[in-house]
Amino acid sequence: MSGLARPVSPARMFWTDFAESRLALLGLALVVVIVLAAVTAPWIAPQNPYDQAGLSLLDARLPPGTEGSGGYVHLLGTDAAGRDVLSAILFGLRTSIFVAVAAGAVALCLGTVAGLFAAWRGGLAEQAVMRLVDLQLSLPAILLALVLVAALGQGTQQVVIALVAAQYAYFARTAHGAASAERHRDYMDAARVLALPPARQMLRHLLPNVLPPLIVVATVQVANAIAIEATLSFLGVGMPVTEPSLGTLIANGFQFMLSGRYWISVYPGLALLALIIGINLVGDQLRDVLNPRLRK
Amino acid sequence: MSLFLLKRLGAALLAMWVMSLLVFTGVFAIGNPIDVLINPAADQRIIAETIARYGFDQPLWVQYLRFLNGLLHGDFGRSFVFNEPALALIAQKLPATLELALTAMLIAVVLGLPLGLYAGLRPKDLPAQGIMAASIFGFSLPTFWVGLMLILVFSVELGWLPSGGRGETVVVFGIECSFLTVDGLYHLILPATNLALFKLSLIIRLTRAGIRETMLQDYVKFARAKGVKPARIVVVHALRNILIPIVTVIGLEFGSVVAFAVVTETIFSWPGMGRLIIESIQTLDRPVMVAYLMLVVAMFILINLSVDVLNTLLDPRLRHR
Repeated sequence: MSGLARPVSPARMFWTDFAESRLALLGLALVVVIVLAAVTAPWIAPQNPYDQAGLSLLDARLPPGTEGSGGYVHLLGTDAAGRDVLSAILFGLRTSIFVAVAAGAVALCLGTVAGLFAAWRGGLAEQAVMRLVDLQLSLPAILLALVLVAALGQGTQQVVIALVAAQYAYFARTAHGAASAERHRDYMDAARVLALPPARQMLRHLLPNVLPPLIVVATVQVANAIAIEATLSFLGVGMPVTEPSLGTLIANGFQFMLSGRYWISVYPGLALLALIIGINLVGDQLRDVLNPRLRK
Repeated sequence: MSLFLLKRLGAALLAMWVMSLLVFTGVFAIGNPIDVLINPAADQRIIAETIARYGFDQPLWVQYLRFLNGLLHGDFGRSFVFNEPALALIAQKLPATLELALTAMLIAVVLGLPLGLYAGLRPKDLPAQGIMAASIFGFSLPTFWVGLMLILVFSVELGWLPSGGRGETVVVFGIECSFLTVDGLYHLILPATNLALFKLSLIIRLTRAGIRETMLQDYVKFARAKGVKPARIVVVHALRNILIPIVTVIGLEFGSVVAFAVVTETIFSWPGMGRLIIESIQTLDRPVMVAYLMLVVAMFILINLSVDVLNTLLDPRLRHR
């Protein structure tokens, strides 16, 4: 106990803790590379896969590494419409990531507000909100999402709504659990005695203290949202054909897989896997780093 | 005990009612089934007749009461597409799904328990760490992707197993079964494995965590000091105590196996109710969707209820709450 060690900034401490795990760093690197590739897709993709004029049926189903009529090599082959699979993946990643992040962000806000409100208010309101959340959590998210997409119809917005409705409950339960533990702490009593407005009590005093577990749940839920959206799209009830996500690409290639043209499905699938596993690795390490009980 | 049962039963009924409300608003109130049912070019009289026949001209609450009344009489309406009672349609497909789900659960338990025990007893061994790494994959890989890979490897590349269908079936007590014929078993292996992987990972992790905790308990140390054989300590002393949470999870997860069967059945063209629901979503066949949902929800609630009751019977500590 030196007692007078130089203060380390929280961000630095966080990073040192996070970087302890090689696997987590690998996951982070994967996620960063994939997200960068998705964001810069219009500039780095060899082809705009949705420009019908740029496609030629002569290039259909070329195996990986063949040169197409465009005069460049299709590194990952082409699909049934003569689309470069690599370009389709890069653009598909944009859709997948956008949908999952949008859904995750809305679900985070909605669930956190519901959970905090329930914990802060207590009584009948708490009972009503949390029972509904429990009921929802007893059903698998994929089933709820399936039902909602069935009811709402296809489309980007509909898929996002379905994902939010299926996932907010996880955030609500986490926020509620953490907030229930915090609400009787002295600082909350102090805020109440000072008669601060409820919104301020919740957002400035309670929220920062329940944030760490929510961040962990958020990373895991974004990975889940990507997987659920891909599953829905694969089943043909998710994203519309005009905005193909990775799941749509995999579904399109499925029929050709039985005849040995594996690349149309397999490469989009690998991209999907890398993304999901990367996010999960980061989430796993975040869980350890942000857990105060494990702090040395 | 009977008071506890009554309370739980009441809660289950309440949950059913809430779900019926949600399903009704979700499926009937959003979107317009009339567009699907009637050719827009049909003449006005036919349109009005059809609307009256299905009761779409009534206020929403009357429609809901009708729907609820139907539910209570076991009537979910007729399928728009097949013009058969929706419940009968699903009942036809139920055995195939149950066969798949039960086989998957069996695989998960039979492989998961020993692998989890091994990983928990020898956590430092290389194979144990391999098992745990594999179980992470089992958790995070989407089911449909694993299914595709199974087909690619075992059907397309190696040609060992068929990629879809149920194969030859035998009728037992009026129910078609695949697992009683060699051909049917061949067809069952891939989809059941696909469906089992997620649960397998779960059981491995649960067993491992449970056994690691239990082996440090005083009664295990005491048994060891007494000179009980290690195998007997594991099987009789430790395993028994970790079995209660594992049985709970197996019970609770059975419902989600049936739900995930939707994905597996679509990939492997398994003619169960999961495929039926996807087809009915695509053709907007509302009565079938509703019947499926209410059945699955009822199953979930029933499973939760029985797990609760079973646990109370198994663990006396829960009885006095």
